[in-house]
Amino acid sequence: MTALGHGALDAREQAVLGRIETARARPIRFHDGQITMAHGAGGKATRSLIEGLLVPAFGSSALSALADAGSLAVENLGLALTTDTFVVKPLRFPGGSIGELAVNGTVNDLAVVGARPLALALALVLEEGLDADLLREEIETIARTARAAGVEIITGDTKVVERGHADGMYVCTTGLGRLDPRATLSPSGLRPGDRILVSGPIGEHGTAIMLARGEFELDGEIESDTRSLWPVVEALLDAAGPGLRCLRDATRGGVASVLNELARASAVAMLVRESAVPIPPAVAGACEILGIDPMYVANEGKLVAVVGPESSADALSALRAVPGCEAAAEIGEVKTDPSGMVLVETAFGGKRVMDLLVGDPLPRIC
Amino acid sequence: MKYVDEFRNAGLGKALSAQVVAIVEPGRHYKIMEVCGGHTHTIYKYGVDDLLPANVELVHGPGCPVCVIPMGRVDDAIAVARRPEVIFTCFGDMLRVPGSAGTLLEAKAGGADVRMVYSPLDALRIARQNPDRDVVFFAIGFETTAPSTALTLMRARAEGIANFFCFCNHVTIVPPLRALLESPDLRLDGFVGPGHVSTVVGARPFEFIPKDYGKPVVISGFEPLDVLQSVYMILQQLAEGRCEVENQYTRVVPYDGNPKALQAVGEVFELRPHFEWRGLGFISQSGLRLSPAYRDLDAELRYPVPGLRVADPKACQCGEVLKGVIKPWECKVFGTACTPERPIGTCMVSSEGACAAYYNYGRFARERELV
Repeated sequence: MTALGHGALDAREQAVLGRIETARARPIRFHDGQITMAHGAGGKATRSLIEGLLVPAFGSSALSALADAGSLAVENLGLALTTDTFVVKPLRFPGGSIGELAVNGTVNDLAVVGARPLALALALVLEEGLDADLLREEIETIARTARAAGVEIITGDTKVVERGHADGMYVCTTGLGRLDPRATLSPSGLRPGDRILVSGPIGEHGTAIMLARGEFELDGEIESDTRSLWPVVEALLDAAGPGLRCLRDATRGGVASVLNELARASAVAMLVRESAVPIPPAVAGACEILGIDPMYVANEGKLVAVVGPESSADALSALRAVPGCEAAAEIGEVKTDPSGMVLVETAFGGKRVMDLLVGDPLPRIC
Repeated sequence: MKYVDEFRNAGLGKALSAQVVAIVEPGRHYKIMEVCGGHTHTIYKYGVDDLLPANVELVHGPGCPVCVIPMGRVDDAIAVARRPEVIFTCFGDMLRVPGSAGTLLEAKAGGADVRMVYSPLDALRIARQNPDRDVVFFAIGFETTAPSTALTLMRARAEGIANFFCFCNHVTIVPPLRALLESPDLRLDGFVGPGHVSTVVGARPFEFIPKDYGKPVVISGFEPLDVLQSVYMILQQLAEGRCEVENQYTRVVPYDGNPKALQAVGEVFELRPHFEWRGLGFISQSGLRLSPAYRDLDAELRYPVPGLRVADPKACQCGEVLKGVIKPWECKVFGTACTPERPIGTCMVSSEGACAAYYNYGRFARERELV
């Protein structure tokens, strides 16, 4: 942090902030007594589970990179492998269903490491009593979505559990992709001056799910944004080439969590201009009422791209030319200080930190 | 967003900011307390203090409903929630507040049927859907939320729902403010008054502050322009030598409050002789419990609760933070032993808590000019 002049923080406050950042920079540990829902919410508890328990246990270098998919080379052929489990409730929601998510989610985890999706494995955990017609429709949806994304489902597994032991159906997909030779993506490759882009309006999927659960007695015409991101990635690779530093799929935890992961991995700061972030009015309205920040709401078809300043204009116009990405926008810039942090220039003209969430985004009391 | 964005207008903010700078007496340090946690949240979330000169200091007050709940009450709540016949319902923030042996969230993971609700009416719906279980609602909040609890209990009674109970932790805002003004270790120049509380109680209950203590009060809305304008109005009173209760939030707050809401609160609740506040200790006539007519719905009477007073952890300075005596970062454990992930004190839990707001939003070096 830079030294400040007149009227700035006093030295004691500065020292406290320094101590906090030192504490935060330490490797995170997992010492919870039991799993709570917060461990699944994509915030700090999830991070402690992954970085404090899983990564140290397995110790592979590809896993330590904490990318959306792991990379490996087989006789000079670059491959990417990823897996994801889908436990969404309700199974169907405006704009999509669990089957569509299961295909697109895994395809997107491959796409954002720069890998062209090749094949999927599909595992189903079905609850006793599940309606066969519903299953049939989901299977058709999975087949249709996979065709649209250009991947084949080449293997799979099924299990049935007793009633009450699963919420209808859980779906797990594993994806294999081939790394595009043009892609040199790395979360540690960010440099001060790089630009931050999002591929379209944010917060639609999470808001659509929240409203579809019917807990809030709110209505809105918001549809999930689930889609394959490979065409978006391909357009960016064409337009920005080596200027494309890193991509992230802004799913659970939203754009805010992705930016925090990147800032930490690269030891840079991120500055986001709140007024530049594309948020559909219906999403903004629902989030406002619930007291939730759309930056933390899940997306299923939006990526965050960091590109070098020289490529950002080309990257943005290439993005906007992809159908469905017309509202893509540059939302901020990579900075040097304060390292590992994301700051927001609020639309009101102030500045604040945008941190990882602690647990589930909770609606406020009053 | 229409009717919201207007109150977040950066151009108007800049203009107001210039007016503040113009009215501030050069070299004088101003300490203004925002009573309500909602204001604290707004100030940090929008960076309102970036638009104030460095010698106008905003001090955070005791008006965060989660922050003032003492540990013993959380223990009582967990004891009720663990009962097999009980579905325990509460607001989300409360789930993460630590008692002496864990949080409600941990009790939930340990098998207690704890459900997050967004309104007391959600809890009543759960009671309707589960007639063979006891549904207990953890009621918290100042006068803002007390009417909705009151109306829910009235509805439960009217519908003859026999399995709905209330664990009441409602508190009132005036007694802690008086306690604060009596405390010798705090020198304040004025108050940004609580907007939501005032929609219910009106502005009149705050008249004692200018009258007895000589400090201006401006009741404020919750958008960043509201807070900024209220700060300006306080500075204006100080500059003109006036001292009164003013209402900036006229679009919502009637000077006399909401008589219907007050009537419902009066029917369902009565004042407790005293209530324990986190870090502030016992304050007389500062908490509400169910009135004799509704006592059969009182969870505290229905189930045996430990009812023990649990001392705050030694290192925790929530009391001093709530009184505005110290800034969040001045607490010994702030940001190191006490973080939003592992809070020791309540102020680090709720998004309206001063510590959580500072930690989540304000944790970086700012540059502000002195006037």
